[in-house]
Amino acid sequence: MLEYFLSFLILTGAIFTFIGSLGLVRLKDLYTRLHGPTKATTLGVGSLLIASAIYFSIYGEHISLHEILITFFLFITAPVSAHLLAKAALHLNLSSLAEIPKAEEIDQEEMHETVQTTVTEASEKNERSSDDDASPDKKGKPAKSETITEASRTPDQKQP
Amino acid sequence: MTRLLPHPILTPVLAVIWLLLNNSFDTGQILLGLIFGWAIPVLTIHFWPEAVSIRKPIVLLRYLAVLLFDIIVANFTVARLILGNPDKLQPIFVKLPLDLTSDLAISLLANSITLTPGTLSAKLSDDQGHLLVHALNETDPDTLVATIKQRYENPLKEIFESC
Repeated sequence: MLEYFLSFLILTGAIFTFIGSLGLVRLKDLYTRLHGPTKATTLGVGSLLIASAIYFSIYGEHISLHEILITFFLFITAPVSAHLLAKAALHLNLSSLAEIPKAEEIDQEEMHETVQTTVTEASEKNERSSDDDASPDKKGKPAKSETITEASRTPDQKQP
Repeated sequence: MTRLLPHPILTPVLAVIWLLLNNSFDTGQILLGLIFGWAIPVLTIHFWPEAVSIRKPIVLLRYLAVLLFDIIVANFTVARLILGNPDKLQPIFVKLPLDLTSDLAISLLANSITLTPGTLSAKLSDDQGHLLVHALNETDPDTLVATIKQRYENPLKEIFESC
């Protein structure tokens, strides 16, 4: 009976991990692709590790709980890496299905009605843009980031 | 008291992590874990930016339960969306105005948003006033913002920032 339960857990884990990876192939742009690995895999790897913990606790010599630690770290690190990837993609202006905020500063754009543009935000916007013009380290960068954007875009455009 | 035990929460957490890493619960290991759990915070006290204070542990537990449930739901939702027709997806960027102020609460909120159904936190604005959220399939940004605020932000606010 227990073995059926464990097999069920392992199968569920395998299926969800597979679906998460499948998302990388099926979805169209970087931002939607990020959703697959961050979510579908948490349950997938989670149930695999639970199965491992139960199996080795019962059939092994000791109680085996360090799988909990792996799950814990996975739940902490997966969102952080996804956040950094998305942030990097925003900086490089990668093509996206969703309407991307115009500049890399999200403070500068008004996308939806939910955004309440207040006077303070407008003044911040002006400050920011003047800061950007003045900052010396940005002068060298634009050409470089453009080439990176071009290079990473081409595979995206070929696919559909 | 504060010098001898600077992080009352970190000590048991480190001890438990030590036991889990060793995968054994002998008395010796428990003692060693407690010693490490006590010594590491004392030695590294200068590196910690601010003391973590959890004001309402029960709300935190309820929040974790809600989060765990949502993570499981999120997995099924995203799996269905991936297996469905990818062309029909309507991804959207939503700007979420933040009420939270502490760094820890904001990072926990960003983590929760990424782990829960169809949303992904993409960027925190420089003034920490907004969080840019990418939704996988969403037509109604207003409802999404309201849900996130009510379901995740309010409990976090209660736990870390209630004065």
